[in-house]
Amino acid sequence: MISFEAVNKKFADGTTAVRELDMEIPEGQLTVLVGSSGCGKTTTLRMINRMIDATSGKVRVDGRDVRDVNASTLRRNIGYVIQQSGLFPHRTVGDNIATVPRLLGWDRKRVRDRVVELLDTVGLARDLAGKYPHQLSGGQQQRVGVARALAADPPILLMDEPFGAVDPVVRTLLQDELLRLQDELHKTIVFVTHDIDEAVKLGDRIAIFKTGGHLVQFSTPAELLAHPADDFVADFLGSERGLKLLSLTSLADVPVEPVTSVTESTPIAEARRAGDGWFLLVTDDNRPRGWLHVDHLPADGVLTDAEPIVAAGLSGNASLLAALDATVSSPVGLAVRVDDDGRVVGVSSPQRINERAARFRAQVLVP
Amino acid sequence: MRWSWIPDHAGDLAMTTLEHSAIAAVAVLCGLVLALPLGVLAVRFPVLKGAVLGISGVLFTIPSLALFILLLPLTGLSYETAVLGLTVYTLVVLVRNTVEGLASVPPHVREAARAMGYGGTRTLLTVELPLALPVIMAGVRVATVMTISLVSVAGFIGHGALGQLFIDGFQRDFAVPVIAGVVITLLLALVADLALVATQHALTPWTRRGR
Repeated sequence: MISFEAVNKKFADGTTAVRELDMEIPEGQLTVLVGSSGCGKTTTLRMINRMIDATSGKVRVDGRDVRDVNASTLRRNIGYVIQQSGLFPHRTVGDNIATVPRLLGWDRKRVRDRVVELLDTVGLARDLAGKYPHQLSGGQQQRVGVARALAADPPILLMDEPFGAVDPVVRTLLQDELLRLQDELHKTIVFVTHDIDEAVKLGDRIAIFKTGGHLVQFSTPAELLAHPADDFVADFLGSERGLKLLSLTSLADVPVEPVTSVTESTPIAEARRAGDGWFLLVTDDNRPRGWLHVDHLPADGVLTDAEPIVAAGLSGNASLLAALDATVSSPVGLAVRVDDDGRVVGVSSPQRINERAARFRAQVLVP
Repeated sequence: MRWSWIPDHAGDLAMTTLEHSAIAAVAVLCGLVLALPLGVLAVRFPVLKGAVLGISGVLFTIPSLALFILLLPLTGLSYETAVLGLTVYTLVVLVRNTVEGLASVPPHVREAARAMGYGGTRTLLTVELPLALPVIMAGVRVATVMTISLVSVAGFIGHGALGQLFIDGFQRDFAVPVIAGVVITLLLALVADLALVATQHALTPWTRRGR
């Protein structure tokens, strides 16, 4: 566990980066520090591994004041991932990942095995070990950065806007993988971002900082969205707070209703008899392709060539927000439900989704 | 023109070329040994930066002949005087390039080294200097080529190696040794430069392009 007790940080130029900070970061959880620039979130992060020393107050890691620990020793036991990955450009991917194990004096074989293991963990091909960072894409570099931070299996991982410099598609992918990794590893992760959506998506707990180094609210994402502490937090969360709240609960409990579906290999003539309106076109192994209307079918042939209004299938893990989005994007106003293998099991209507949303709101909104 | 002078003196020319290379090499090496710590100091302590760069720059502006004469009371008409004078001249390029090379290390890389638990010395030796190497090597190349041509000036104190050929040719009003000296000096500079390029290529595999 990491704790801050009455911590202040004043820089030489007189600016106060962190003011009277009291915070306990729970073990094995992902805590996000969020706020606009200059709010002290990065300073707070960097006081944990003594990249910055507090002006007053105490920062403790597992009960020990970090100032009582040699800075280099402390840092070797805390993983650190920064924006632009901060990889050593003159070392191969493998050597970058091996940085801390080598500092700790691991033998060669153990280091080599660990590098291979970590490349697998972060989803990189093993033959990338011999490449130099500049030969990798931004997303790959960031994965190497994560692998390097995890190399000596530190219990704590500090991440300073690690996905800030990659494009949105890659960012979403890296976020999903971080959540998957955290599911396996249960590290104590402290993650800095200025993106509230990223915070809500990743955080078990979120700390919102205000300019001048004030911690304004420290709570779970649901609590934060349901009960913002003040106008600053409410503003920071943005105008779609209600919808964001729905991103926090899953579709699992929403009832599945039957749907008229037709497989691709069905002859058109037969498909016409499927009903008198919209039907769901599925592949022969029952994966969703999209919605088709009987009146818009080609004259003959099979349905494989038809061009439906594409619908993605949602599994039980999908959020209510994604489900609502699916209903408004569908011509029939229904979200297509699939099982864990991606096969269609039915649909859910906006009414059912809203009922679930109402129950969830009732749970979190009751003070 | 009595070109046969060249084959007649092939052995002497080879020895002189070797001597020339050795003086230049020792001067550049000494320059590097001085410039690296000076450059590191200038980067670590910004207060010193102006002084270090200023002094090495001022030394460079002393006319070369005058410098050798100024050194005479200290080290006499010796090999040391030649090497010392030449070393002083390499400093301006070598110090400046060391400073610039170290300054070109991306801050987030230095930061990452610290965050991984690297101490200052380890960061300097294993991260900063390797990354500064391309810029430092650019300085070494300039310093080497410059020194190879400057060695001749030390001929005035009797340690000019190929430079002695110019004096010899001039005194005897005989152009062949002069031409031979110029051509060999040029070739030497060219070969040294190519060798340094190859060395740098081997030392900095990460700067090579391609996936």
